[in-house]
Amino acid sequence: MTDIAQWSQEAEALAEAVIAKYPQKRSALMPLLYIAVREDGYLTESGMRRVAALVDLEPAQVSSVATFYSMYKRQPVGKYLVSVCTSISCWLLGGDEVLEAVESAAGVPAGATDESGVVSPEHVECIGACGGAPAVQVNYELIEGLTPQKATELVEWLNAAQPETLNGDEMQALFGGQRSFDWAIHETDSATGPYPAFQPHGTVAPQGRS
Amino acid sequence: MSEPPLILTARMHAHPETSHTIATFEATGGYTALRTALDMGREAIVEEVKAANLRGRGGAGFPAGVKWGFLAPARPAYLVVNGDESEPGTFKDRQLMERDPHQLVEGTIISSLANEVNHAFIYIRGEYPKPARRVQAAVDEAYSAGYLGTNILGSGYDLELTVHLGGGAYICGEETALLNSLEGRRGEPRLKPPFFPAVRGLYMAPTIVNNIETLCNIAWIINNGGNAYSAIGPEDSPGRRMCSISGHVNRPGNYEIVEGITWRELIYEVAGGIRDGNELKAWVPGGASAPWFVPGEHLDTEVTKAAIDSNGSMTGSGAVIVMDHTTDMVAAAERLVRFFAHESCGQCTPCREGTTWLDMILRRMLAGHGRATDPDVLYDVSDNISPGVTWPPKMTTICPLGPSAVSPVASLLKHFPEEVAAAVERGTQVPVSIGMRV
Ligand SMILES: Cc1cc2nc3c(=O)[nH]c(=O)nc-3n(C[C@H](O)[C@H](O)[C@H](O)COP(=O)(O)O)c2cc1C
Ligand code: SF4
Ligand code: FES
Repeated sequence: MTDIAQWSQEAEALAEAVIAKYPQKRSALMPLLYIAVREDGYLTESGMRRVAALVDLEPAQVSSVATFYSMYKRQPVGKYLVSVCTSISCWLLGGDEVLEAVESAAGVPAGATDESGVVSPEHVECIGACGGAPAVQVNYELIEGLTPQKATELVEWLNAAQPETLNGDEMQALFGGQRSFDWAIHETDSATGPYPAFQPHGTVAPQGRS
Repeated sequence: MSEPPLILTARMHAHPETSHTIATFEATGGYTALRTALDMGREAIVEEVKAANLRGRGGAGFPAGVKWGFLAPARPAYLVVNGDESEPGTFKDRQLMERDPHQLVEGTIISSLANEVNHAFIYIRGEYPKPARRVQAAVDEAYSAGYLGTNILGSGYDLELTVHLGGGAYICGEETALLNSLEGRRGEPRLKPPFFPAVRGLYMAPTIVNNIETLCNIAWIINNGGNAYSAIGPEDSPGRRMCSISGHVNRPGNYEIVEGITWRELIYEVAGGIRDGNELKAWVPGGASAPWFVPGEHLDTEVTKAAIDSNGSMTGSGAVIVMDHTTDMVAAAERLVRFFAHESCGQCTPCREGTTWLDMILRRMLAGHGRATDPDVLYDVSDNISPGVTWPPKMTTICPLGPSAVSPVASLLKHFPEEVAAAVERGTQVPVSIGMRV
């Protein structure tokens, strides 16, 4: 297969704007991969070929870069990627138990996706929330200070409510506890899928929606 | 002596709900340092930062002004701000980005000016979309207000500032891996020499790489003078720094400390002591890569760069991970080693194979299959990664990640030999399992 992904006009315009932000085209490769992920839901071969064409590289070069990083999923993932930290500070305060709770509520082990394609649990290394251990991200939006009980409720809520966008403040209020530091500022931006919500990549929900 | 002022977190404490906005930033003295700096010119800025003796907050603790002095003369030159923060235990840069992004942007602009940079980058780890959104919003506001772009505030100075998101790889925090990543390549560290960033950095051009927190100090230094900064705290590591405290303490969090207090004060007063009145067993003084400290030897020593270094560890990223007496230290070591094994980029055999072996041996011990030879084998593998298992570590590898994985193992063998022996002892009582690797 050597097909090249057809992107929406909006994605093509975003890609052009992203490339313009760098002195050399190739530097836009990683941001463009996020656009590719948003377009197809995960990083497809044809998406990588589209990126390769945009930055004048061979598809093999793009794939060599993409495979180096953990956030470019090359298989379909569920609507919600639930990433549980099991590094030292979270482990000290029960991160492994939170992971077990997420896995059993989802009914699949870390690295897999549940049957209905809703929840994909995974374990990750430190996500910079060690003061609010144990910490979890859902589509890269952070929740700190979970318990196994709250983690179970989180997965049940994701399955039942299936929100189109995910807001960190809202999830923290529903399921979180101890935080690394005071968040204080009201968060209006939300994630739209299993990739980081960042405006230049077009992966963030419009302000005010949550 | 009166308590020195807060430098990094003053604004977010005074204005908790609006500290991220340009309105609050400007109303509290923001961007005045930029105006001053534009009048001072390049050399004078570098002199102030040298006088401040501001040490890098990313891990190595190298003085920022001295680093800037090494920038090779070729142009263009670049500035890359390191916001890849992924060292377990560390969450300070996240707070600085989320809560006071303009402080970072102003520091970045002044540092770019000082280094004749016309295009700077802030590289933020991909798992930090919220900090990245806040920083991007601040950058957009700064462009609109004329603090970025062409002819900044009518000075004739031009600067573009690009916010870049990583893809999930701890190793990209290492500065040369960061540059490869920013060039759209695999995040593999480059060999130094010849690839010192100040000479051959981004696109092989002279490049300064500084940590987020490091640059958050710059505006204060310009406003108050380098001497005012160096007058705070110990002479060798002055100023204030962020200390992320996590683990079994009552009040985990980020604290903006002045060095010179003792570990007892930091853990029992600042962080509120150990949970449930438990006993302190050990702590990691400077991020996952740092050798451990134990109460019997280190509790009343000083939290200063000089004291931490001479006691055989490092300030590193400033992260303190506290463990109480319920902690299984073999398991703690395994958890730390597992991280490095997971994050090894794979270029160097001692790191790629060694970290994996250390982890497999520790896991086998934890699973009840310890062997009498395990302590020696753990030491031997460590010795192959970092000859002599000394501190600071000797290197057989391109970057210090490999030797970092040795720290927890060496600490375990040194401070908790009885727990290692107990794991070995347990092993002899369990029948050898079939299908167990190693
Ligand atoms: C394996 C490894 C990981 C690192 N991770 C980071 C990091 O996440 N953030 C950071 O600022 N520096 C990190 N560093 C240190 C950088 O290489 C570099 O020294 C630093 O960004 C320079 O900035 P500073 O002088 O302001 O501290 C890391 C170093 C190594 C060897
Ligand atoms: S020491 Fe490890 S992480 Fe560093 S370059 Fe070598 S293999 Fe990569
Ligand atoms: S150890 Fe879990 S967030 Fe840092």
